[in-house]
Amino acid sequence: MPYLNAFLFGGFLCAIAQLLIDFTKMTPARILVLYVSAGVILTFLGLYNPLVEIFGAGATVPLTGFGNALANGVIKGIGEKGLLGVISGGLTACAAGISAAIFFGYLFALIFSSKEK
Amino acid sequence: MQHFSKKEYQKQVSKQEKSPWIKNLIWAYCVGGAICVLGQGILTYAKQMGLPKEDAGCVTSITLIFLSGLLTGLGVLDKIAKHAGAGTIVPITGFANAIVSPAMEFKNEGFILGVGAKMFVIAGPVIVYGICSSVIGGLIYYLITGGRL
Amino acid sequence: MTKTIGKRTLIFPSRPSVNGFYSVVGEKEAQGPLKDWFDLTIGEGHFGEDSWEKAESKLIETATMGAIEQSKLSLTDINCFFGGDLLNQCISANYALRSLQIPFLGLYGACSTMAESLIAGSVFLDGEFGKNVICSTSSHFCSAERQFRFPLEYGGQRPPTAQWTVTGSGACVLSKTGEGPYITHATIGKVIDAGITDLNNMGAAMAPAACHTLCAFLEDTNTTPQDYDKIFTGDLGSIGKDLLRQLLSDNAITAENLEDCGDLIFDSETQDTHAGGSGCGCSASVLNSYILKQMKQKKLKKILFMATGALMSPTSSLQGESIPAIAHLVQIEI
Repeated sequence: MPYLNAFLFGGFLCAIAQLLIDFTKMTPARILVLYVSAGVILTFLGLYNPLVEIFGAGATVPLTGFGNALANGVIKGIGEKGLLGVISGGLTACAAGISAAIFFGYLFALIFSSKEK
Repeated sequence: MQHFSKKEYQKQVSKQEKSPWIKNLIWAYCVGGAICVLGQGILTYAKQMGLPKEDAGCVTSITLIFLSGLLTGLGVLDKIAKHAGAGTIVPITGFANAIVSPAMEFKNEGFILGVGAKMFVIAGPVIVYGICSSVIGGLIYYLITGGRL
Repeated sequence: MTKTIGKRTLIFPSRPSVNGFYSVVGEKEAQGPLKDWFDLTIGEGHFGEDSWEKAESKLIETATMGAIEQSKLSLTDINCFFGGDLLNQCISANYALRSLQIPFLGLYGACSTMAESLIAGSVFLDGEFGKNVICSTSSHFCSAERQFRFPLEYGGQRPPTAQWTVTGSGACVLSKTGEGPYITHATIGKVIDAGITDLNNMGAAMAPAACHTLCAFLEDTNTTPQDYDKIFTGDLGSIGKDLLRQLLSDNAITAENLEDCGDLIFDSETQDTHAGGSGCGCSASVLNSYILKQMKQKKLKKILFMATGALMSPTSSLQGESIPAIAHLVQIEI
């Protein structure tokens, strides 16, 4: 059941983005920014965490999940460190993802080169 | 040329552009869903290995980022993405691809200002807007909940 | 006395002659419908160099040397090189000319540069400032993608209106005298902006410019499309070509003999090139193979070659500007 839930909701988020690409001429970069920001806002409004409970990776793997992790990190940071947590909480929670992306980005740039299409 | 109206022309052009949106939609749904299923598999496995929930989430992200980066390096990811569209862009795999692809592409411009700087040329906005909105949201949350200093 | 007819069409009484021409293309182009017409295929896109930009430079150099060889001249016989490319500051041409050491006037007309260089070269020869000139331009899919769009490995989706930048170059030697084909007339285009902003629909941005120039030429020369064997546009692609047909018919002109180099060079069904080819190298490689070879064989005797260019940059489009376009026309006869 968790797998079906993940598929249904994750696919749903991607499908919405695809409709935005095809019908609004929004560039992918804008859609990604929209998704991250939406994830942050929905989390602060208390709406996203319940979705994570139901859909698991279906809600955390898409970029809204990145926003969700940032916002949860900030909320946790505020609880632990007060005002300082507003600034430090987000990246603390997302450190693994961002560091991995940067490190692997560098590593793969060392190993591979772009190929002709 | 006597007869030309910009407005009419633009109308005519917008009529001509038809993306195969139903096909795109199905592709995006299936590939995006499949990536999330893979994520769920990694998450479940990590939890079974005894990792706490948050760490299991981190392991999931790291694994997906690694796989996406590797497929980007091997020149496979863009071939999937060609069909999948938002299905590979929206999951964290798209974020990884957006970092790895310019890093590889701009190697010729050097490792500092090529790889180092251009790495964020596509993914940068995601980080910027994610962090800024979380800080603003956090400030409001802090004020409303009356948190301690 | 001015050498013009009508409002603005140039005539070249000395009839500069194309004495040598050469085309060199990438692997994808060499698998397309025109594969048997090109002179050289480079295989892997690096062409033995370590960057796409250097590979593109080498394309220009190779095409130029090929054209000179065919015209049985040597480098020192060339009085001037007219040409350019798509990259910032025209580096492909600049670096090619660093080794060729020919007097050089760099041109930028986006994908219209092949026609622009033919016009500039013909004016130069007709003004008797020299005996032989080179007209050449190039584009490379990989160097254009990284400058104008995304990294090659970025997982994006191309809409159906998108075009595929041709990897290739064409060059020709224009001389004061020779056996032809001859450049007889030219119409220099004006910058036309139809307000199109979609960077993935260059054909739509360029079609009005093509219509504008063609109408001006037909009016000046008092001719109709039927007076020519073929009319070749540069790289409107299938979508831009349909739009041009529509625009022409709005102006009561029918052109059954209209062909487009971008539409000819790829098979969009099997090669996944969507609306067709684009880039300076598209019209350059098709002109200097398929078109001029057919003229030499007398299969075509009188044609119009009209290369079209979209004159935007990543900066202008980020600032919300629409895409201005230009089309230059030359009449070639044998």
